[in-house]
Amino acid sequence: MKSTSRVQLPTSGGQGELAVTVVMWLVASLVAMILIGIVGDLVWHGIGGLRWSFLADSPARAGRSGGIAPILVSTLLILAIAMAVALPLGLAAAIGLSDFSRRGGAFASIVGRTLDVLAAVPSIVFGLFGNAVFCGWMGLGYSLLAGGLTLACMVLPILVRTIEASLRSVPDDYRVAAASLGISRTRATWSVLLPRASAGIVVGWVLGIGRVLAETAALLFTSGYVDRMPRGITDSGRSLSVHIYDLSMNIPGGTANAYTASLVLVGMLLLINGMTRVTVHVCLRGSGASE
Amino acid sequence: MIWFGSWHLFRPNLDAQVGSGLRLAAIAASSLVLLIVSFLAHESWPAISSLGSRMVTDASWHPSAKASEGTFGMWPIVVGTLVVTGGAVMLASPLGVVSAVFAEFYAPPHVAVMFRGLIELLAGIPSVVFGLWGLMVLAPLIARVSPPGQSLLAGVVIVTLMILPTVMLVTGSALESVPRERVRGAVALGMGRFAVIRHVVIPGARAGIVTGMLLGATRAMGETMAVLMVCGNVVKIPRGVFDPVRTLTANMALEMGYALDLHRSALYTSGLALLVTSMGLVACAQWLGRES
Repeated sequence: MKSTSRVQLPTSGGQGELAVTVVMWLVASLVAMILIGIVGDLVWHGIGGLRWSFLADSPARAGRSGGIAPILVSTLLILAIAMAVALPLGLAAAIGLSDFSRRGGAFASIVGRTLDVLAAVPSIVFGLFGNAVFCGWMGLGYSLLAGGLTLACMVLPILVRTIEASLRSVPDDYRVAAASLGISRTRATWSVLLPRASAGIVVGWVLGIGRVLAETAALLFTSGYVDRMPRGITDSGRSLSVHIYDLSMNIPGGTANAYTASLVLVGMLLLINGMTRVTVHVCLRGSGASE
Repeated sequence: MIWFGSWHLFRPNLDAQVGSGLRLAAIAASSLVLLIVSFLAHESWPAISSLGSRMVTDASWHPSAKASEGTFGMWPIVVGTLVVTGGAVMLASPLGVVSAVFAEFYAPPHVAVMFRGLIELLAGIPSVVFGLWGLMVLAPLIARVSPPGQSLLAGVVIVTLMILPTVMLVTGSALESVPRERVRGAVALGMGRFAVIRHVVIPGARAGIVTGMLLGATRAMGETMAVLMVCGNVVKIPRGVFDPVRTLTANMALEMGYALDLHRSALYTSGLALLVTSMGLVACAQWLGRES
């Protein structure tokens, strides 16, 4: 698609053209080199500590030695809570916006714009909100539940907007065909539109997972700092990202494990990302779509 | 259009009920914004009513739970946020626009794909990991020139890297949306590559580029962890790029854990200010997007 819309500009030109081309390549290689430098640094310092015991053991001496097992469990619990709350609500809101309100009408436009504003709220502000509402007002205290609910609020707009976009991209022919068969709009959404949009829904879901796993600021004062194995979702727990922060800022001598934990976090994100691409590829092929 | 023309073809009862349930979900999701604003306003009220403008005019930031005992001047912290954000936007905008132009017009197709992939990778790196890199690599590097290394400069560089993907991706889609006929026409007139880009493509994509900058600024202002880790967090108006600074976000992250009463409320006030400013920036970006 990109190659057809791309206009081939003339490459010949005077000295000025050559200089601009050189500058373009220099800037691009600078950006690429910095990025490769960051990832390389992470792998270089982190790979040494990466062994099975690091994933399976509890942290010792405030995280300087030992592993990250309870932290992984806390992270996954926060993720599960956030997704369990945000996904059903997000899916319902997306369907409501794309297929149960007038296209381009005031409702869809106002709600959509408001969600875009919500998506731009800084994560630390979600932390303040979560601390006031879930920890304070609802009486959950510093807990995995409070952290998960805070992050559910944070990923909700991303989920809604991506799922909505994928539902909208389903051609109207499907809707007309369903209508001509006399089945209800509800039924048509459930059996025709949702399966057809499943790849896009998975992408939105994974974007949300990525945001949750990477988030730190919103968790500092909602799920807390405790680094032992959580006894339940009302217990306080430390996410992997908070662990990295604590090790690198507050624990002298924690750097080596901070690097290894970062490597685990980035590895998880890349793995999920890669798996999504494969899933989408397979889904699109399976449904015989031409995109 | 067609969809709504055929509304009557469906069984009305079930659909009406399901529809109102789903629309209710959409309303619930978007009314979170109101909920956030009102909870933050509620928590900020004690500070706003009893401190008021003291939060900006007090000489220093030595907060305490009582109004009479502490000083609540957040002005140096506000300045910290403004210079980090401004610096990052000033660096990331040209870099992002050049990167987008590179990927769109200069790179051979496979290089463009690889470059976009790298930028997406950059966008996916968590804030704490940027912070770790800044703390371990960038700050020591800066410290060689002028200690302590954890400084405004380190913060600006890190935040620049973090908002670069936003600026580049938004600019890229704006460049793509410039009508191809216009570009082809310019080429047919014999304009060189850079001339076409400078006089046809960039002016056509101006609204999109500004949108990218605004969204980048929003991200920069709200960025917490990386800034907290590399900026040094000293509450003082910086005299130069090597001075440490503290931003509003870092201030909240550092002090929320132990702040009580009025101190806590003052932190919520700074959060509210941040929230309102980013909402304003996004509204501007949306308005610009509508113009184009």
